[in-house]
Amino acid sequence: MANGSRLPLLTTDQMASFVARGFLRLEAVVPSDINAHAMEELPGLFRAWLDELRGAASGKGTGEDDGAPLPRSGTMLNEAYAPDSAFGRMVRVPEVAGAIASLVGPDPVVDHHFVHLKGPGDLTTQGLHCDAIIDAGPAFDIQLFWFPHDVAPGAGGTRYVPGSHLRQINMDDIARYQHLVGDEHHAGPAGTVVIFHQGLWHAGAANHSDTLRVLGKLRLNPTVRQRRLWDVSDLEARNRADDHIWARTEPTSVAAALRGSEGWYEPSVHRLETVQRALLWRYLTGDDAFDVDWYLTRTERRAALDAADAAVTR
Amino acid sequence: MSAQQQRQQVLVLWLASSALDSKVLGWAFHDGTGGEGPQPDGDPPATTGVDALRQGWRLLQMSPLLPAAAGQERQSSFLKHEFLFERLVEVSGS
Repeated sequence: MANGSRLPLLTTDQMASFVARGFLRLEAVVPSDINAHAMEELPGLFRAWLDELRGAASGKGTGEDDGAPLPRSGTMLNEAYAPDSAFGRMVRVPEVAGAIASLVGPDPVVDHHFVHLKGPGDLTTQGLHCDAIIDAGPAFDIQLFWFPHDVAPGAGGTRYVPGSHLRQINMDDIARYQHLVGDEHHAGPAGTVVIFHQGLWHAGAANHSDTLRVLGKLRLNPTVRQRRLWDVSDLEARNRADDHIWARTEPTSVAAALRGSEGWYEPSVHRLETVQRALLWRYLTGDDAFDVDWYLTRTERRAALDAADAAVTR
Repeated sequence: MSAQQQRQQVLVLWLASSALDSKVLGWAFHDGTGGEGPQPDGDPPATTGVDALRQGWRLLQMSPLLPAAAGQERQSSFLKHEFLFERLVEVSGS
């Protein structure tokens, strides 16, 4: 997947929103013919995974590179899917490719994909969880949630919790959180791709509709340090380290976007979230002096004084 | 004639601070009556922990206040202020 300048890269506003909230929503970006292709092909991919699993369980396996539609983990994205396959076409949609390049660089590898099918009238709900385990950052994977058909409210759109991605938890240890103020249930037009930070809390939701809900999910790992991969043309002017809500602040600063709260945040933890976002922004920009509301700066300066004092008295 | 029996309903509230009268940020409900007892009304079903008391919920437990582990002072994780309530509901025995 080329990270060429012709791709529509994400803006600084989009990146800051991703860092603050843990997701990015690309509404109706996948053309209808590709979505129709997905509705034919994706259920088969789910069955292929079942066959793979059953083959492994029976000890027979499915053979080495026998044309199975499941890529092996670690395959470069641009080699993982045939260009005329549904997933292959989706990841080549310019808006999608530009977002991928902006977040995980020019040559990500496929971790895995999965097809989630939610039958009409299936009212079971999944416990809230994050995928994988405790994945400490700051480097991060992304997960694309592709809805190739219209999803009405209540029709099985994935539940997700904005701003949850930097909380360190393990898988479904969070399943007890049945309702959180401000949590979202996806609804939207066909061809919408919601890109999650690896840590975003989410869950399969009940499908109250009379139609099958199809979701194609794709996890990608970066192979480069994720530094300034988006359109940074407006970054420098907005990236000051002294934007401080209790002193002076600019509404267009990156810090203004990164200090946003969520309805389910405890006020005390909101401050810790702000610090975690600032650290992630440092990783993404390479600017180790960046800060939001002075939390990091004051503690780092005191630590430097303590270290200097300790050196003198030693 | 069937005898009346008690069943437990459990309400978990996550609050904005360690104070019981702070606002509800999240909630969960578990129903030992299998739907026979009264059901939560509203989302959230109580505005604060004290509001839950006024509705007849009995407080069983609240999260202890624990200092951050060394090296984890700036890390966020689970919601911190969890309050567990119950009420006992009479149901018809079978």
